[in-house]
Amino acid sequence: MTASTDSTKQSNASEVMLPPRGETGIVLWLRKNLFATPADTVLTLVCIYILYLFVPGLVQWGIIDAVWSASGRVDCWEQMEEPNSAACWAFVSTRLQLLTYGFYPEEYIWRVNLSFVLFLIALVPILWDNTPRRPLALLYSALFPFIATWLVFGGLGLDPVETKKIGGIALTLLIGVTGIAFSLPIGIMLALGRTSKLPVLKMLSVIFIEFIRGVPLIALLFIASTMLNYFLPPGTTFDLLVRVLIMVTFFASAYMAEVIRGGLAGIPKGQIEAAQASGLTYWKTTYLIVMPQVLKISIPGIVNTFIGLFKDTTLVLIIGMFDVLGMGRSSLADPNWNGLAREVYIFVAIFFFICCYGMSYYSAYLERKLDTENKFQKK
Amino acid sequence: MAGNKMAGKPNKSSQGETVIRIEAMHKWFGNFHALKNIDLTVKSGEKIVICGPSGSGKSTLIRCINRLEEHQKGVINVHGTDLTSDLKDIETIRSEVGMVFQSFNLFPHLTILENCVLAPIWVRKMPRKEAEEIAMQYLERVRIPEQALKYPGQLSGGQQQRVAIARALCMRPRIMLFDEPTSALDPEMIKEVLETMISLAEDGMTMIVVTHEMGFARKVANRVIFMDAGEIVEENDPETFFNKPKSKRTKLFLSQILND
Repeated sequence: MTASTDSTKQSNASEVMLPPRGETGIVLWLRKNLFATPADTVLTLVCIYILYLFVPGLVQWGIIDAVWSASGRVDCWEQMEEPNSAACWAFVSTRLQLLTYGFYPEEYIWRVNLSFVLFLIALVPILWDNTPRRPLALLYSALFPFIATWLVFGGLGLDPVETKKIGGIALTLLIGVTGIAFSLPIGIMLALGRTSKLPVLKMLSVIFIEFIRGVPLIALLFIASTMLNYFLPPGTTFDLLVRVLIMVTFFASAYMAEVIRGGLAGIPKGQIEAAQASGLTYWKTTYLIVMPQVLKISIPGIVNTFIGLFKDTTLVLIIGMFDVLGMGRSSLADPNWNGLAREVYIFVAIFFFICCYGMSYYSAYLERKLDTENKFQKK
Repeated sequence: MAGNKMAGKPNKSSQGETVIRIEAMHKWFGNFHALKNIDLTVKSGEKIVICGPSGSGKSTLIRCINRLEEHQKGVINVHGTDLTSDLKDIETIRSEVGMVFQSFNLFPHLTILENCVLAPIWVRKMPRKEAEEIAMQYLERVRIPEQALKYPGQLSGGQQQRVAIARALCMRPRIMLFDEPTSALDPEMIKEVLETMISLAEDGMTMIVVTHEMGFARKVANRVIFMDAGEIVEENDPETFFNKPKSKRTKLFLSQILND
């Protein structure tokens, strides 16, 4: 609808009228949000002052005065006006390979990189439902874990690489993505089990959820690294990485199950009755009617669990695996570079922040997109 | 059946065939005896209105017919199939019995059209295109085809209930159950829903309607059933039911409801 001119406004009262000037736009936004009352104005000014105090110094330290390439700490500090007065990113950049891939053999790093690119492609149909040829693309996404396992760890024509070689960001992403990908479906099944009318299924789900949720992840990781072999038939060896992946996934699944159960409780009984009354089976009702609504209302809780899981991957440090944080910490032991902890931890923090904020941002987009209650939505 | 108000309408050839047979049926919720010794036979093309005070078991009765509630004793036979715990039988019966609820129960995450084609596609295995054509026919019948691509949350209550009727019709049911279809509506919207139901009745649909709309009962019903405390107290043609009720409880109920 285009804006009506003044002459037609009078003659056609039913025509859509735009809000008066001054009720939209940036000036209004500023007035409404930053300077609405004297108290608001004071708060705004205080905030601006605080930003003024900190931001310029931070930019000076981290970007303007920072040293980007050097051979060691001493070299780095010599390049500054005063030793240790600015960030020495040279440390991070010379250690970048270690921080990204761990001890993964250099000649095979392309395999990890290729897996990462394939991972990004696999994400597309999962995240956007208007992906062209989505069913086919989703099939690829489902096959991706197998492709990635083959690429990263070899076998079937590729030279095998031991799982303990992988570390850094690659390990963090491997554990995080595996946990996220499997904890949602397992969590859904557990939640359905827990709300099931079948007593045995219900009991098993409750026991699993309560046991896993009642034990700290670190304890589970210790169990994975030391005790799990006692429970398995003698002679079976189970790679430590696989054990860790299973434990992390189970841990997140238990939390996910409770998030989903909360969502299940939020679905009116009438929805299920209406689906059943038209002849849909339990599974079709669950798949077509219940789950789409449950997942929608559970988005904040689901993403919260995902983010928690992603950050909890750093705990593998404790059983001797080197994720990005572990790699950063061990790099600090190098006498040539010691004393540069800040740079490493800031790097690790920025990495985690980007990943977690990305998830959060996507979830906000999804919530807006799935909102069908708003009568004035743009369609 | 006497007192057919729709006497002017040509009888359908199938009229008279028994479609629902309920014999000596009992239902308990825990220890609460919700339905007591219900006997009811519904013939094809009949329109039956069930009324009664709240808690009398009228909703429970029609919810037993498509097994949203399970009965514990007696027989419920729909189209020659006995309702037992056999899931296949239950699904068959449900696909032939449409139901409209008091609170509409449209699926809020699906558009109006998607609401209508869901069951035909997933239960009847109908191709999407065909299901959509049928859905548009029924949406036109309930006079809201232009809303097909909106979501339920964007429609008024009356519109939503008409969509719910269209959605049930898309399965081409042989029987329609209405569970207080106008109780959650504003007065001005009740009329549009009742008109839709009247036109459905005129087409010869077999209908069982739980409602307090006595005007609708007078106009459409072949039989009016009065329930109280889980029992069928009185069952008669609307003429006799409203003018010469036999039971004291019916008289009391009618005096309360018609005084409004």
